[in-house]
Amino acid sequence: MANLGVLERLLMNVLWDSPAPLTANELKESLVRRERGAMPTKPPATTTVLTVLSRLETKGFVTRDRSVRPHAYTAVMTRATHTAGLMHEVLGQVPDRQAALVRFIGGVTPQEADTLRQLLGVVNSDNA
Amino acid sequence: MITAAVMLGIIAVLLAWPVPLVLARSDWPARSPGVALVLWQAIALSGGMSMIGSLLLYGLVPFGDTLPQSIVVLVGDLRAGTLPAGTSFTHVLALGSAILLGTHLLLNLLATFVRAERQRRRHHTLIALLSDPLHGQPGMRVIDHPAPVAYCLPGAGHSATVLSNGLLRLLDTDQVRAVIAHEQAHLVQQHHLVLLAFKSWHSALPWFPIANRAENAVALLVEMLADDHARRVVDDHTLARAIALTGFALAGFTTPFMSEADAATSAIASASHTDKGRAAEPEHPAHQVTPRVARLVNPTVPLGYTATIGALTVSAVLLTGPALILFGA
Repeated sequence: MANLGVLERLLMNVLWDSPAPLTANELKESLVRRERGAMPTKPPATTTVLTVLSRLETKGFVTRDRSVRPHAYTAVMTRATHTAGLMHEVLGQVPDRQAALVRFIGGVTPQEADTLRQLLGVVNSDNA
Repeated sequence: MITAAVMLGIIAVLLAWPVPLVLARSDWPARSPGVALVLWQAIALSGGMSMIGSLLLYGLVPFGDTLPQSIVVLVGDLRAGTLPAGTSFTHVLALGSAILLGTHLLLNLLATFVRAERQRRRHHTLIALLSDPLHGQPGMRVIDHPAPVAYCLPGAGHSATVLSNGLLRLLDTDQVRAVIAHEQAHLVQQHHLVLLAFKSWHSALPWFPIANRAENAVALLVEMLADDHARRVVDDHTLARAIALTGFALAGFTTPFMSEADAATSAIASASHTDKGRAAEPEHPAHQVTPRVARLVNPTVPLGYTATIGALTVSAVLLTGPALILFGA
């Protein structure tokens, strides 16, 4: 379901920005506060939030503290760490992780940059 | 049948080395990348078919005079556990090699596609969480990262084009339109399929002299095709600048950042630290960017009608010829 996918992203955004673990209800409240107007439909039910959270737990993005009632949820890694890891793959710094994607360009060596500047008649790369 | 085996063997050798070498070194593919891409695929398929076919026919010589008849005899002999008189070790070796090679190539192709699909799904999951949709553009995502990156995740069902904030900050509106058009062309024309096929061929036969060259040539042709699509949306100079600017900026992310003054020394240094530098080397060899920009800056005329028909005819003959020899034998 596409809506669950959107909700996953919105909930992760709340968790990534939160300094402390959050319960499903707290998550739902900050979601409503943050996404006022941007929410695709009416605010999700708490049970939906719990479903999405367990999906995120299965995928390894969220951990659950079961020692407290109600359970409190935390993001496993920061958003920046996830993004950095993914971009590391995209930039070709992780071997054999690019078969699935087609990039605009790979990259250029300093020598090639000089050739490109000559081709384009550019003296200064800031002002191509 | 021995004549057919020899003929296929000769075709296989020609297509394994001299023919691809000439194609890889010629200049016309940059003028008509689509035609060249067809030819590369025909060479790869025809070469593989000839190599396997040649071994198969040679191995079947003791079993009969035609392909269907010898296969029937072979199956009968396998059941009975006997071999016809005149079967030598080389015949058995050729037969075994044909079966092994064929199975190896097919299984490798399958494995490559399955692995890519798994990676794509995983990547999709991450992108769905880490990126935001680009306002009003279905299938377009923006990820918050300083490196100027643009790529697409192709695949049946849902594909996505991903741009980074770094790219959006670096390029102006027209240049971004060029990048988007380029990536859309990859998706629409299903370039990942041909890229994966050649990647699989290379990984299945890493010792094969031409496999690496073919994979690189095909990767470049696919980029040129996508560039040609982008040229319909923006002018050549805008696209060339988008490629070059992204390249300059990416250099700071893919290699340790260096100033202009350091660049000269690094050229010397790069020779000595190859073992360390290998890990960070981009998948597409760096020299793929210059030919793309060169043909935008100095536009070339596409192949003429006759040459195009000629190249396509050669491709058709390459595909049908070995098949006719094989099944006519």
